[in-house]
Amino acid sequence: MTRLTVDARGLSCPMPVLKVKKALESIPEGSVEVLVDQPIAVENIGRLVRQMGYSQRCEALEDGWRITIAKPGGSGKAS
Amino acid sequence: MTRDWKSVVPPLVVLTGAVLGVVGAVLVKLGNPPNMGLCIACFQRDIVGALGLHRAAAVQYIRPELPAAVLGVVLAAAVSGELRGRSAPSPALSFVLGALVMIGALVFLGCPVRMTLRLAGGDLNALLGFAGFGAGIWTGTELLKRGFSLGRSARAGLAPAFVLPSLAVGLLVLVVIKPSFIFFSAKGPGSMAAPVLAAGAAGVLLGLLAQRSRLCFVGGIRDMLLIRSPHLLVGLLAALLAACVVNLVLGQFRPGFANPPIAHTDAVWNFLGMALVGLGSVLLGGCPLRQLVLASQGDGGAFAAVWGMFAGAAVAHNFNLAASPAGVPAGGKIVVAAGLAVCLVIGWSLRER
Repeated sequence: MTRLTVDARGLSCPMPVLKVKKALESIPEGSVEVLVDQPIAVENIGRLVRQMGYSQRCEALEDGWRITIAKPGGSGKAS
Repeated sequence: MTRDWKSVVPPLVVLTGAVLGVVGAVLVKLGNPPNMGLCIACFQRDIVGALGLHRAAAVQYIRPELPAAVLGVVLAAAVSGELRGRSAPSPALSFVLGALVMIGALVFLGCPVRMTLRLAGGDLNALLGFAGFGAGIWTGTELLKRGFSLGRSARAGLAPAFVLPSLAVGLLVLVVIKPSFIFFSAKGPGSMAAPVLAAGAAGVLLGLLAQRSRLCFVGGIRDMLLIRSPHLLVGLLAALLAACVVNLVLGQFRPGFANPPIAHTDAVWNFLGMALVGLGSVLLGGCPLRQLVLASQGDGGAFAAVWGMFAGAAVAHNFNLAASPAGVPAGGKIVVAAGLAVCLVIGWSLRER
C-alpha cells in the first residue's frame, strides 16, 4: 500500500487537480492525501476522483481541507 | 472512467452559460453595440477611456455591466464564505500577462465572451479566433504539464476583498451622475449602450451566477485537453447556443465573413490575437471573466491581472495597437507576436520541479 501526500494549498486552477491526477496515476494502489485551502479545489478534485471511479473522504481542517483518496488494487491506470 | 449526467451537463454551469448568451444578445437589442452585448475586454477598455486613460473618442463609456457584475460576485461570495483576501504569488507577472491578454483581445476585437457572441451573431471571422484560442490554450496546457505555476497564494484577511467592490461602487456612481470629467463617446461603439438599469441588472445576475458556477471560457477547453472534463466547456457551448437562438429570434443573426460589425476580417491576426488570449489566460489560471470574478472576491493575483488588463487597454489605444474594422495596425501585430514569445518565456521559466 503506497501512501502519498500532495500539498496543493495556495495553488490556482488547474494545478491541484493536475497534481492529484499525477499522484493517483503514479501508484498501483494505495491512497493519496491532499491538502487544499480553497473550496474550488475541493470541488474540482471531487469531480476528478468521481470521474476516475475512486472513492474519497473530505475533512475540514482549521486552514482548509484534507481529502483522502483511495485507489484500490487492480484498478490500473484510469482511462 | 465513470460519468453521471451531472458531470456531463452540470446544471449551474449550463444555466450560467445560457443566461450569459441570452443577456449578451438581448443587451444588443437594448442598445449595446452589435455582437457586443457583453465583452469583458471591450467594456474594460471603454471604462479606461471614460476615465480619460486613453484618448480613443469612439470607445469611452462606463459600462455598468462590469462594476455591477463585481457586486454580484461579492454578494454570492459573501453568502458562500468565499469573500476573503488572498495574496498574489507573482503580481508583476500577473500584471504583464493581464496586459498581454487585453492587447491580444483588442487585436482580435473581443475577449472569449465576445468571441462566442460574435460567432452566435453569425460573424464567421470568430471561427479563426476560436482556432487561435484553442491553439493558445493547448500551448498553455503543454506548459502546465511541464510544471508551470505562478506560485502559491496565501490567505490574507478580509480587507483586500473590499478594494475592487469599492471601486465598482464608485464607477456606478459616476455613470449615474455623469460628471464633466468623465468622457462619454458621442459616436462610435462607446455611444451605443443599453439603459443603465438594464445593464446593471444584467451585470449583477451574471456576477452571481459566474461566481457560483465558476464559469471560465478558457477552463472549458483547458480541462477538456488536460483531464477530459467537459464540465466548463458545456457553459461555453450553452452561451453560444442560447445567444444564437435569441439572435435568430430578434433578427440579429447575420451569417458571413464580410463586413463584420466592430470586427475585422484579417484571418491571421484574428487567430494570433486569440492565441495570445488563450495562452496568457491559461498561465493566469482563467479567462478575463474568471479573473474579474476572482479579483472581485479578493484574489490578489487576479486583481493584478485585472489591473494589467486596464493598463493593456490604455496602452493598446494610446499607442495605436488596437484593431478596428479597417484592420490591425503594425504595432498591434508586433506586440501580439512579442506577447506570445513573452508568454512562452514565462511559461518555460516558471516550472516547478
